[in-house]
Amino acid sequence: MPFNVLVLTSLAYVAFLFVVAFVVERRAMRGEMRFLRSPVVYTLSLSIYCTAWTFYGAVGSAARTGVEFLTIYLGPTLVFVGWWWVLRKLVRIGRRQRVTSIADLISSRYGKSNLLGVLVTVIAVVAATPYIALQLQSVTLSFGAFAASDPQAWAMPGRDATAIWVAAGLALFTILFGTRNLDAKEQHHGIVMAIAVEAVVKLVALLAVGIFVVWGLGGGPSAMIARIEAHVDPQWAMQPGRWAGLIFLSAAAVITLPRMFQVLVVENVDEAHLSRASWAFPAYLFAMSLFILPIAVIGLERMPAGANPDMLVLTLPLHEGQGGLALLAFLGGFSSATSMVIVETIALATMVSNHILMPAWLWLRPQAAVSGNLRGAILLARRLSIIMVLALGLAYFRLSGGSGALAAIGQIAFAGMAQVLPALLGAIFWRGGSKLGALLGLSIGFVTWGYTLFLPSFGAGALISADLLQNGLFGLAWLRPQALFGTGAMDPLIHSIFWSLALNVAGYLIGSLLSFPDPVERIQGAAFVNAFDDELQAERVGWTHGQAEPEALLNMAQRILGEEAAISFFEAEAGAQGKAGFLPDLTPRFLAGLERNLAGSVGAATAHAMISQLFGRATVTVEDLMAVATEAAQIMEYSARLESQQSELSRSARQLREVNEKLTQLSVQKDAFLSQISHELRTPMTSIRAFSEILAEGDLPAVRVAEYGQIIHAEAKRLTRLLDDLLDLSVLENGAVHLDLALSHLGQMIDRALAAASQTRPERNFDIQRDYASEEIHLRTDADRLVQVLINLISNSRKYCDAQAPVLRIAVRQKGGRVVVDFIDNGAGIAKDKQGLIFEKFARLSDDGRAGGAGLGLAICREIMGNLGGTVSYLPGQKGAAFRVSLPLRIEKPQERPMEKPQERPQ
Amino acid sequence: MRQVLLVEDEANIAEALRFILSRDGWAVSVLADGARALAEVARLRPDLVILDSMLPGMSGLEILTALRADPDHAGLPILMLTAKGQLRDREAAERAGVSAFMSKPFDNSEIRALVRDLLGA
Amino acid sequence: MRGPRAPLFLARAVYRQRRWRDAARLLPIFGLFLLLLPLLWGEGSGAGSGSVAVASAGDAGSGGAGVAAKSNSGQVAVYLFGVWALLIGLAAYVAPALAEPEADAPAEDV
Repeated sequence: MPFNVLVLTSLAYVAFLFVVAFVVERRAMRGEMRFLRSPVVYTLSLSIYCTAWTFYGAVGSAARTGVEFLTIYLGPTLVFVGWWWVLRKLVRIGRRQRVTSIADLISSRYGKSNLLGVLVTVIAVVAATPYIALQLQSVTLSFGAFAASDPQAWAMPGRDATAIWVAAGLALFTILFGTRNLDAKEQHHGIVMAIAVEAVVKLVALLAVGIFVVWGLGGGPSAMIARIEAHVDPQWAMQPGRWAGLIFLSAAAVITLPRMFQVLVVENVDEAHLSRASWAFPAYLFAMSLFILPIAVIGLERMPAGANPDMLVLTLPLHEGQGGLALLAFLGGFSSATSMVIVETIALATMVSNHILMPAWLWLRPQAAVSGNLRGAILLARRLSIIMVLALGLAYFRLSGGSGALAAIGQIAFAGMAQVLPALLGAIFWRGGSKLGALLGLSIGFVTWGYTLFLPSFGAGALISADLLQNGLFGLAWLRPQALFGTGAMDPLIHSIFWSLALNVAGYLIGSLLSFPDPVERIQGAAFVNAFDDELQAERVGWTHGQAEPEALLNMAQRILGEEAAISFFEAEAGAQGKAGFLPDLTPRFLAGLERNLAGSVGAATAHAMISQLFGRATVTVEDLMAVATEAAQIMEYSARLESQQSELSRSARQLREVNEKLTQLSVQKDAFLSQISHELRTPMTSIRAFSEILAEGDLPAVRVAEYGQIIHAEAKRLTRLLDDLLDLSVLENGAVHLDLALSHLGQMIDRALAAASQTRPERNFDIQRDYASEEIHLRTDADRLVQVLINLISNSRKYCDAQAPVLRIAVRQKGGRVVVDFIDNGAGIAKDKQGLIFEKFARLSDDGRAGGAGLGLAICREIMGNLGGTVSYLPGQKGAAFRVSLPLRIEKPQERPMEKPQERPQ
Repeated sequence: MRQVLLVEDEANIAEALRFILSRDGWAVSVLADGARALAEVARLRPDLVILDSMLPGMSGLEILTALRADPDHAGLPILMLTAKGQLRDREAAERAGVSAFMSKPFDNSEIRALVRDLLGA
Repeated sequence: MRGPRAPLFLARAVYRQRRWRDAARLLPIFGLFLLLLPLLWGEGSGAGSGSVAVASAGDAGSGGAGVAAKSNSGQVAVYLFGVWALLIGLAAYVAPALAEPEADAPAEDV
C-alpha cells in the first residue's frame, strides 16, 4: 500500500466529510431538517462514545486483560437500557434552560455561578486534554503502522509533523462547522451528520476486520471460542474490583463526558429519540465489541511478539496481506479519532469561551456589554478556544511522547469527568444541593483525582516525585497518592475513583447541608428538579428591581443573537404583551426569556452577568421569593378550580350566544310579521271605513249605494279570509292540527282541486295536461288538506301564468314509498333569487293581479305538507313555474313535526 | 280647478278617495303603478300628490325622495298614506320631506280637511 | 400545593405504563447482577480461582499454567454477550411503552 494512496484516501475521506457537513448545514438553514431529525442519526451521533480508544485501544486492552474491556461498554448499556429517564430529564432541562454545555448546566443550576462554570471547565479541559492527545496519537500510530509495513515505499514524515497536520485539519473543520453560527441552541447539524457518517464507517470497518478474523483466520465462531479458551493468560482473569468499578465509571462517564453531553443533550432535537436510542445505542456498542476479543486473540497468535497490541486492528490485516481491509480499518480508526476530537473540541471550546474568555473579556472591558461587536467577540473567543484546546492536546501528545496504553489514558479521563457526577445528579434530583456543596465536592474530587491518578500517571518522577509517591505528602504515609489512608491493596484506578468520588460526595453533601442557597439558586433548583412540571417553569421571578432602557437591551441582544433573531424575539415579546413595535415592557417574564435566549449563546452565567450590567445588580431577594411562593401556592389552588369553571363558563357562554342569536332573529321576524299583518288588516279596513262613512251620509244614488255596498262586502270577505289563513297557519305551525287520515284516490283529489281552482280568474282558459293512468294511486293521507295544497298551487298558476295560451301539466310519479306530483305551467316562472322567498309568509312577488291574496298561501301549503310528512318545493329549470309536491304513500299516524321545516329546494 | 294626483294600487281605496275628493271639488287622477308616477307628475303638474307607501314598481318613499330631489317639484305638497302604521315609516317619510302623513284607515273628514289645508283652500 | 392534580388511583393504561417504567428502572439492577455473576464462577479447570489466582500466578510467572490449562474467558465472553443481547432486547421491548407522553409526569411520584 503506497503511502500516497493512503494520504490521498484520507484526504478524499475528509473532503467527503466536509461536503456532508456543508450540505447538511445548507439544508438545515433552509429548514429541511427531516433527515436530521431521525432517531437513527441521533443514535449514530451518540457513537462518538466509541473513540480511537475503542477502535484501537479496546483490542489492546483485550489483548492485555481479556474481557475487562467490555466494562467500558456495559456501563453505558446499563444507563441506556433503564435509566434514560435521567438522560431525558437532562435533555428537557437542556432545552428549557438553553444549556450549552455541562459546565453551563452546573453553573446555571447552582445560581448561575460562573465560578462553578470555570471549575467544571477546568476539570473538563484537564481530563480531556490527554484524551485528545490519545486520538492524535492513534492517528499518528496508524500512519506509522502503514509506514512500517512498507518501509521503502515512502518516507514517513516525522511523527510530530503528522500530529500537527491532523490537529490543524481538525481545527479547521471544527472552526468551519462548529462556529459557523452562534445558534441560540448551539446546535451543529452539519457536524452531527458528519459524525453519524463516521459512526457508520467505524462500525463497518471494525465488523469487516472482525469477520475477516473470525471466518478468515479463526475458522468460524466455535473454533474461535476454543481458541479464546486456549489462550491462557493470568492477566485475563476477571478482577472483581476493577470489573465493577469500571462498569460504574463508564456509566458515569457516558453522562458527564463533555462530548457525550454535547451530542446527548445539546444537539438533541427531539426527546423522543432517547427511547429509540435506549436500545439502539447499546446495540451499536454490542456490535462494536463483538469482534474485539477474537481480533486480540488471533493477533496475539499470529503477530510477532512485541507488536503493539493497540494497533492490532490495523496491523493484523496488513500482516495478512489484506491491504484493502487495512485501509478500511485505517479509515475506521481515523473516523473514530476525528469525530471524537471535533465534538470534544466544540464542547470544550464552548465551555472555555463561555465561562473563561467571555467573562474575562467583559470583566476587562465592562463597556463591551453596551457597545462593541459582541457577536464577533464571542465567535473569536470560540475559535480561539478551539485552537487552544487542540494545541493543548497536541502539546500533551508531544510532551508525553505518546507513551502509555490507550486504554489507561481513557480511563483517567473518565475518572476525571466522573467528578461532575455528584453535582450533576444532585442538580436534577435534589433541591437541597447548593452552590457551596457543588464547589466543595467538585474541587475536592478534582484535587483527589489529580493527586491519586492524573499526576502519578505521568510516571514516578515526572510531575510527582518518586519519593512522594512512595512515602506520601509531607512524608505522611496515609497520604500516599496510591494508598490514601493505607488502602494500598486497591488497584490504583479503583483506588482513585473510590476516594475521589467518596470525598467528592461527602463534600457536596456537607456543603449543601450547611449552606443556605441564594434566591437565584433556589429558583433554578426548583426549575431543574421539577423539569417536567410545566407550572414551575413559568418564570415568575427574576428581574424585578432595576432600570434599563429596552433599546439598550435590544442593542445588546442584537450584538449577541444577531440582528434578525433579536428583533424578531423582541417583536414577538412585545406582541405577547399586546404592544405594537419592537420594544416590550421590561417585565420579569420578558427579561427571563431574554436571559435564556442569551444563555443559549453565551451560557447562563455570562448572560445573567450581562443583563445585570445593563439592568442593575438587584434581582431577587428572599422576601420576593417567599412572596412568590405564597402567591404561587394560591395561584395553583385557584387555577385548578378556575380551570373547571372556565370550561363550563365558555360552554354556557357559547350556548347563550347561540340562543341570543336565535332570539334576535326571531325578534326581527316577529317585527316584520306584525308589520305585514298590520298592513294586510288595515288595507281592507280602510276601504270598509271609507265607504261605510260615505254610505252613512245617505245622499247617494241607488246605483252607487249598491256598488259601494258590494265593495264593503268584498273587503269584509277579504278580511275574514285573511283571519282564517292566519288561524290556519298558526294551527299548522304549532303542530296542533288534526288530520283525518283515510285512503283517497289521487286522481279524484286532483279533479276536486281543479274544479275548486277554476273559480280563480275563471275567464282564463287553461289547457290541463294529465296522465290519468299515473294518477291511479290510493294515498293514506288527509285528503282535504292535500286538496287545499293542490288548489293553492293550481290557483297560483291560474293567477300568475302569463302565457298567451296557458298550459298546466300535472305529472304524477311514484318513487319508493313516496308520491311526487309536479305542477308545471308554461309561464315566465319565478326568478331564481325569488325562489327561496316564495314559501315565506306574506311573500308576494308582485302586486299585479294578486286577486286579494295576502301572500300566505304557499306558506300554508308548506306547513300542511310538513304535517302530512311531505314537502312542497319549487322546481327550477322547467321553462315555466313548477312546483313539486312530495308525500308518503301511507302516513301511519299524525306525523311528528320535524323541528326544521322541510325546505327542499332542488337546484 | 286644482289637480290632485292619487297614486294608490288598492283599487277600492283609490275609488273611495277619488269619490271623497272629487265631491270636495278637486280634479283627481288615479294611478295604480308606482313606476309611472314620476312621469305622470311631470305631465299633469298636479297641485297635490297623494302617495301610498307600498306600491308596485316603485315604493311611495322612493317616489317622494325622487320628487324632492327635483327642484321643479321642491314646493309640491305631498301627502303620504300608509297601512303599516309603524313609527319608523313615518319618520323615514318625514326625513324625506313629506308634507303630511296619514295612517290607514282614516276618517273621511280628516283627509278632506288635510287636503284642503295642503292646497291652501 | 397541587392537590387537585394528583389522583390517588390511576386508570388501567396509566397504571400499566407506570409499572413498565418501574420495570425499566429495575433493568439496570437486574443487568448489573447478571454482569457481576461471572466474578463468582472462578476458573473452571485451571489454576485456583478468580483474582487470587492472578496474584499467585503473577508471583509464579506465567509459565505455571501448563499445557492442560484452559481459561474460561471464552465462556465468560459468550455469557456476557448473551446477557448484553438480552438487555438490549428487553430495552427495545420496554422502550415504546415509555415513549408515550404520559411518562412526562413528574418522575418522582410514581
